[in-house]
Amino acid sequence: MRQFFDLSFRHKIPLWGGALIVVSAVAVSGGLIFRAYEHLKQDLVISSESLGYTLANTLFPVLLHDDAWRAFELVRAPFHEDRPEQPLEPKAIFVVDRDLKVLVSSMPRSMPLLAELGSLGADYSQLAHALAAANSDVAGVYEFPGSDHLYVTIPVAEKDERLGTLVVTHSKHVFLPRFYGFALGGAGMGALVLAILLPLNWYWGRRMAEPLVQLAHGMSEIVHGAPADLSPDLYSFSDELGQLFAAYRAAAAEIRQKSALEREVMQSERLAAVGRLAAGIAHEVNNPLGGMLMALDTLKQRGPLDPATARTVALLERGLQQITETVGALLVQARVQARALNRQDFEDIHTLIEPQATRKALQVAFDIDIAESLPLPAGFVRQVLINLLLNAIEATPPGGRVRVDARESDGQLALLVANTGEPPPPEILAHLFEPFVSGREGGHGLGLWVSYQTVSQLGGRIAVECRDGEVRFLIHLPLRSEAPALTKVGAGATALETENPT
Amino acid sequence: MSNQPSLPSIEELPDGNGRRLFLRAFTASLGAGLLGANRVAAQTAVTQTFRVGLTPAFVHDQHALMADWRRYLESRLGVTVEFVPRNSYRESMDLLHQGRLDFAWLCVYPFLYLKDLVRLLAVPLNQGRPYYRSYLLVAADDQRRNSMADLKGAAFAYSDVYSNTGYLVPRYQVRQLGEDPNTFFRKTFFTWSHRKAVEAVAAGMADGAAMDSFVWDTLKQVKPELTGRTRIIGASPEYGFPPFVAHRSVSASDYGAMQRVLFGMQNDADGRQLLERLNLTGFIVGERRLYDGVVTMMRAFGEY
Repeated sequence: MRQFFDLSFRHKIPLWGGALIVVSAVAVSGGLIFRAYEHLKQDLVISSESLGYTLANTLFPVLLHDDAWRAFELVRAPFHEDRPEQPLEPKAIFVVDRDLKVLVSSMPRSMPLLAELGSLGADYSQLAHALAAANSDVAGVYEFPGSDHLYVTIPVAEKDERLGTLVVTHSKHVFLPRFYGFALGGAGMGALVLAILLPLNWYWGRRMAEPLVQLAHGMSEIVHGAPADLSPDLYSFSDELGQLFAAYRAAAAEIRQKSALEREVMQSERLAAVGRLAAGIAHEVNNPLGGMLMALDTLKQRGPLDPATARTVALLERGLQQITETVGALLVQARVQARALNRQDFEDIHTLIEPQATRKALQVAFDIDIAESLPLPAGFVRQVLINLLLNAIEATPPGGRVRVDARESDGQLALLVANTGEPPPPEILAHLFEPFVSGREGGHGLGLWVSYQTVSQLGGRIAVECRDGEVRFLIHLPLRSEAPALTKVGAGATALETENPT
Repeated sequence: MSNQPSLPSIEELPDGNGRRLFLRAFTASLGAGLLGANRVAAQTAVTQTFRVGLTPAFVHDQHALMADWRRYLESRLGVTVEFVPRNSYRESMDLLHQGRLDFAWLCVYPFLYLKDLVRLLAVPLNQGRPYYRSYLLVAADDQRRNSMADLKGAAFAYSDVYSNTGYLVPRYQVRQLGEDPNTFFRKTFFTWSHRKAVEAVAAGMADGAAMDSFVWDTLKQVKPELTGRTRIIGASPEYGFPPFVAHRSVSASDYGAMQRVLFGMQNDADGRQLLERLNLTGFIVGERRLYDGVVTMMRAFGEY
C-alpha cells in the first residue's frame, strides 16, 4: 500500500482519477439499471392493474350471468396473436371464483374451466395459497421466488358481491430481455463515458504531473547548484502551479547567474595566481639569463673559437634566446601609451590580416560603430584584436567567415571577434585563457593568455562562447575619461614589452 | 295495380320468360300469376323495402359478400333490400314476432318454433341437396375423444338455444345415450354462433361442440386455419337445410317476387357467383316434411 502512495504523480494522478471515474460510472450506471428494473416492474403493475380493473368491471355482469364464452372473448381481447410479445402485455389473464376454481382463462388449454387453481402446477399452487390467505378485496402483486411469473390480482366485485379474483399473469421472460436491453444500454453509456473520460483523465493527469515531476527534479538539482531551466511552455497558466513554476524559474536563474559569477571569479583568481607565478618565475629566470647571454657574447668576442666550441656556443645561444622569448611572452606588461584608440586602428588591423584571410578564402567583415576616438590605449587593443583575429583565421576552415564588431555602450567598448570554425572541446574551453593551453597543433598557447592578461590590466573582461555556429570572443573594456592607468600583472612582475605575441 | 312497366324488371322480361317456365314447375302450389307478381314488384320499387333477417345459420359476417348479395337482390327485385343481421336466433325471432322482418334465413329450430308466424319461402341447396347435418367437434389434437360418449364431463359449447345442429341435436344425442343433457357435461356455454363454437374448440375453451355442417364446410374454405385446429368425430343424420322464410304478413306478390329472384340466382352469372361465394348451389321450394326429423327431436324434449 505504502508503495502505491509513493508512486510518482505521473502514475498516481491518472490512476486515482481513473479509479474515481470507473467507480462513479459503475455507481451511476448500476443505479440507473436498478431504477430501470423498478420502473419497469412498476409500469407493469400499473398497466396490469388498469387493465385488470377494466376487465373486472366488464366481466362482473358477464360472469354473474354465467356467459362463459363472452367472458372468454373479454379476457382474450388484450392478446394479439399475430403480434410479437410486448413487454407490458400479460402472458395470461384468468378469473378464479371464491373457491379458487377457474371461471375463465385466456389460456383454456392449460387452465380448463372449473379446474382447481392449486392443481395447475407449482406456480399456481403457490398463488392459490397466497390468494386463500390474502384479503382478496383489494388488488395485490405476487412474485414467488424461483418463479418466472409476476401476478397482479384484482377482485371481480361490485359493492359487497364478490364473484372471484381476476389474475393478470406476466412472464418475466418477456420483460427481462427488455430489462437486459435497458441494462445493456446503461452499461453501454457507462462504457462510453469511460471511453471519453479515461483518456481525458490520463491526458490531464500527465499534464498536471509532468510539470510537477520536472519541478521536483529541478528542485533536487538546486542543491548541486545547477538547476535546469524549465521551459515556460511546460505549464503556461497562472494558477498556483504556474506561480510555483515562475518562482522556480526566477530562483533557478538567480542561482545559475550566481554560480556562473562564482566560476568566473574563480577563473580570474586562478589566472591571476598563474600570472603571478609565471611573472615571478620569469623575473627570476630573466636575470641569470641576461648574465648567461652576456657571458656567451663575451666569449665570442675574445677571439676565434675552435669550430666545435663555436657550434656549442651557438647552440647555447639559440637555446637561451628561445628561453628569453618564452619568458618575455609570460611577462605581460602594458606599457604606458599616450595615443588613444581611433577608427583608423581598426582599418589598419583589417589591412594587416587581409593577406592571411585571402589565402584561406575567408570572408572578413568589420562592423565598427564607435566614436572617432576612444580613451583606450590603441597599442593594447590592436595587439589583442590582432591576436584574436589571427587565432580566428587559423581556426576557420577555408571558405568560412570571420567578423569583428565594435560597439560603444554603457561607458564600455564591446568588441566581438567571431569565426565559423569548429568550437574547441569543452575541456580546452574551460582552460582557454591559461598559458600553454592550445587548441591546435604547433601553438604554444600563450596568445590568449597574453590577450587575457592585457584585457585584465585594462580593467576589462574577456569571455568565449559558442553560439549560432560561431565561436565568439567577447571583450568589454571600460572607457575612462583620464588617460589609462596601467596596472601590473600580479605582484613583482617587471615591465617587459610583448609587442609580438604568438 | 297497373301494368305500367318499371325499368329494371321489364328489361329482364325477355330473358325472364324461360326462367318463369322453369319456376312455374316449382311454384305451382302458390297459384299466383307470376307476370302480375312481377309487375307488383316492379311497381313497388320506388317505395318498398324488404327487411331480410340474417342469422348465424350461415357464415353471415362476410360483409363484402352481404353487400354484393344485397345489391343483387335490389337490382332484381326493384325494391330496397335491408339486411338485418342478428347474432342470436332469439333476436331474429323477436323481430319476426314484432313484424319487423319480412323475410329471414333461419335455422330449422326457430322456423319450426315460430310455426304459423312464418311461411317456408325457399330452401337453399347445399352441394345440390337441401340437407345438412350436425357435426360433433373436438380439438384437432384431442385423440382421446371419438364420440359423444367420450365427452362426458367435458366442457361443451352450444351455439344457440334455438340452434338445431348446435343445441337440439347434441342434447338429443346425449339423451339417446341414456344420459341427462343437463348434467352430462361438466360445463356448457353458448357461443351464439357456429363459427365461434369452432373457435371455442380450437382455443380449448370447450372440449367439444356441435355445429352446422354447412357452416363448418364453408368455414373450411374461408378459414381453413381455424377449422384445421378442430376434428370432426361424429355427424348426425341429415336434416332439411335452414330455410328462407317469409313473415305471414308478406303479400303473395312480394312472396313470389322474392322466391323468383332466389330461384333465379343459379340462372345468371352474377347470381351463380354469389351462390358460389355463399357456398350454395341454388334455392328450391322445399317442403315442410324435410324437417320432420327435427320435429321428432323437439317432441322428445316436449318442445313441439
